[in-house]
Amino acid sequence: MNATSPTHRTVMRSQLGRARGLGSGHSGTGHWIVERVSAASLLPLSGWFVIQMFRLGGADYEQVAKWGGKPVNATLLAALVATSFYHAEVGLQVIVDDYVHGKAHAPTKLLVKIGTGLLGLLGIVSVLKLALGRPASKG
Amino acid sequence: MQDVREALYVGSRSDGTLIRRPMSPHLQVYKMRLSMFLSISNRITGVVATGGSALGVFWLAALAKGPKSFASARKVTGNPLGQLVLFGWILSLVWHTVGGLRHFIWDAGHRYDKKELNEDGPVALGVIAGVGVTLATALLGVSCCRARHRAKLLKKAS
Repeated sequence: MNATSPTHRTVMRSQLGRARGLGSGHSGTGHWIVERVSAASLLPLSGWFVIQMFRLGGADYEQVAKWGGKPVNATLLAALVATSFYHAEVGLQVIVDDYVHGKAHAPTKLLVKIGTGLLGLLGIVSVLKLALGRPASKG
Repeated sequence: MQDVREALYVGSRSDGTLIRRPMSPHLQVYKMRLSMFLSISNRITGVVATGGSALGVFWLAALAKGPKSFASARKVTGNPLGQLVLFGWILSLVWHTVGGLRHFIWDAGHRYDKKELNEDGPVALGVIAGVGVTLATALLGVSCCRARHRAKLLKKAS
């Protein structure tokens, strides 16, 4: 290796220094941890949801709406929706990082954030409407 | 420069001229193995499960909107294609969950040797097939039975 050659592209930073700005030196650990924590939280929430679906599958509108209107159900449902789409966002981001390069990378990542964010929000608003928006006369 | 990583591919020959370093070989040079298939499928099922959850949120929104929207949603979930989608959603959720549980085991420092990985792969596949198909069939079956029973009661009442 002749590092002093004038044709060599000289950058006053080591290869390691350049690599550090790209990968795990920044915030990879935090990303990895939230992926695992959200996954672990989803286990009991999903288990609860599966049991509820066994009780509720095939029921009519009144029964399902009444179920969704109960505070504990609404809370767990909102938690399930929020955690699911948070976990989806974190996971999809990694896929975008791996397969989408160049100019498309930033917009795609933003699109993933907006998409998962809006879906999560729609789920939570729906749950809140079920829990809080029922006509008072019907009790 | 299209990609920042290109900076790391720059190397030089002994005479100082610049060359582009070779990249590591990609998927196409490897023979498909079970461990590889399970790793890839964990990602794919994650994406599929997200798509299914998006549909699940639309179901919730229909429920929140009122009886008419809920009836339309029920038409979608009740027809054969809808049932197939539901089946696929449940199966990918189970698949992704089993993959995730394996990741937890690896993160804890266990079962990560080549021999152990090759032993666990078929077990994982068996658990996915067993739990996934059983859960999906049971859930869809129970819902279908209850819906039919309800329809019968309604007919009797009217």
